[in-house]
Amino acid sequence: MTIMGLDFSQVNLDEIVTATIDTLKMLGFSALFTFIIGLPIGIILYLSAKSSSWLVKAFYRIISIVVNILRSVPFVILLVAIIPFTRLIVGTSLGVLGTIPPLVISAAPFFARLVETTLREVDRGVIEAAQAMGASLPQIISKVLLREAFPGLLASMTMTAVALVSYTAMSGMVGGGGLGSLAINYGYYRYESEVMILAVIIMVILVQLLQMAGDKLVLHFTRK
Amino acid sequence: MIQLKQLTKSYGKGRKVTTALSDLNLSIQKGEIFGVIGHSGAGKSTLIRCINLLERPTSGEVWVNGVELTGLSKKQLQEQRRKIGMIFQHFNLLSSATVYDNVAFPLRLTKTSKEQIDRKVNELLSLVGLEEHKDKYPAQLSGGQKQRVGIARALASDPDVLLCDEATSALDPQTTNSILKLLLDINKKFNITIVLITHEMHVIQSICDRVAVIHEGGIVEQGPVTEVFLKPQHYVTREFILRDEANNEALQIAIEAPHLDSSRAAKITFVGEMTYESILSQTSKDTGVNFAILQGTISTIKDVPYGQLIVRFEGDKKAIDQTIKVLTGQGLDVEVIE
Repeated sequence: MTIMGLDFSQVNLDEIVTATIDTLKMLGFSALFTFIIGLPIGIILYLSAKSSSWLVKAFYRIISIVVNILRSVPFVILLVAIIPFTRLIVGTSLGVLGTIPPLVISAAPFFARLVETTLREVDRGVIEAAQAMGASLPQIISKVLLREAFPGLLASMTMTAVALVSYTAMSGMVGGGGLGSLAINYGYYRYESEVMILAVIIMVILVQLLQMAGDKLVLHFTRK
Repeated sequence: MIQLKQLTKSYGKGRKVTTALSDLNLSIQKGEIFGVIGHSGAGKSTLIRCINLLERPTSGEVWVNGVELTGLSKKQLQEQRRKIGMIFQHFNLLSSATVYDNVAFPLRLTKTSKEQIDRKVNELLSLVGLEEHKDKYPAQLSGGQKQRVGIARALASDPDVLLCDEATSALDPQTTNSILKLLLDINKKFNITIVLITHEMHVIQSICDRVAVIHEGGIVEQGPVTEVFLKPQHYVTREFILRDEANNEALQIAIEAPHLDSSRAAKITFVGEMTYESILSQTSKDTGVNFAILQGTISTIKDVPYGQLIVRFEGDKKAIDQTIKVLTGQGLDVEVIE
């Protein structure tokens, strides 16, 4: 099978399937932990930003700076820099398991910022109405903020997941496994473009599917 | 029912302090509809938001139903707020929740059983006439319908007080009237105290029992609506009532016109049932004084009929004095215009 001078008959399909599954695993777990960690940080950022107490404001500044630093460090560098930390948490810095901590550490601050921005879009008046009805802070967060911002949060999750797909590919550089590793090992080191092209095509499809599913969900839950 | 004592609210600090309310005192009785009228920036919005502490006053006391709110803990305040309903100019409904869920919202904040919630919400939706719309989302409703949802939601926790923050300002005149009528019905049915703020005299005139005029952070005039409306003392109050400046000029010309020795212009005010009686023509027949009506209004304030006429009496000087005396004796308010 030859297309445009490329011979796809030599491609090992098993390898591609394994790599795809690895990528999905990395994506799934890192997205899950990113959302679990990023959501509360986003909520804290939102709540502390408009506080009148200087203590809370200082706290906001500190978190905000940490979030900004983590966001500005290039992923590849972060990946290498935190290898000792990664080993400490998951016991290895290689393979699917070894990529999850750096992925989460780099995506969670990004997601937290998106959450903060999304929550800011919630109408102040609605929050005020809930306050006037005697709602407590936890009730306002769960029954007003998260509920009203839900479509926006879904959109933020989609954006984060899409960003994670390209991050998982980068982790291939340092032995992370998955489609990214496959593309680099074959395409970059061995000049076998066929595998690289297939790996890229699969990732493009993956991103398209994620975006489509995300958009559908956002539309489904939007009431405005 | 509600007492505000020496309420002061200022924003900012240092040199940039702006004072929204200064040393304001107000007392509102149980079961009445109390209106606060003022221009934008007069402090009326701050005033109503101080009653449930959405804005915390800089100093002063807020008493609602015998409880001083500013001294309460967070938890106690939340408890008290459940007894104070509030509706807003922009309705402030949850856009992600159906009409039903919006009305159920305050009930779900406390441990209320499903059956109880269902019963209460359906009862309220039929009260405000929205039973068929209960599965719709706010975006599918008109402004008037949204405010009805707001009212139902505010009533869900059986409050003693309903605060209306410019509740009709975003609505067209017809819808405004239907919402006002609903508020009046609710006031009569549940004997709930209603405090409303507005910049429209029409709103005050339609449903309020008493009114306070707020200007530059203080109350400049207050009393029963009939009194404040018919005999405004402060110039701000007059501004709200006499919108038609051109008309007043025309009136001035009419009053001054004839230059007869024996004519006299007067403003006559009737309040109550006497509005519809023939007191004026009866008296003029008896004293032999003729009169011309220069300007006049016959209308109602809430459900009290009133009339205010500016007339010019013509005839014998003594007879005119006699006429005025008789009219005053009948309980009319006669103010001679010099």
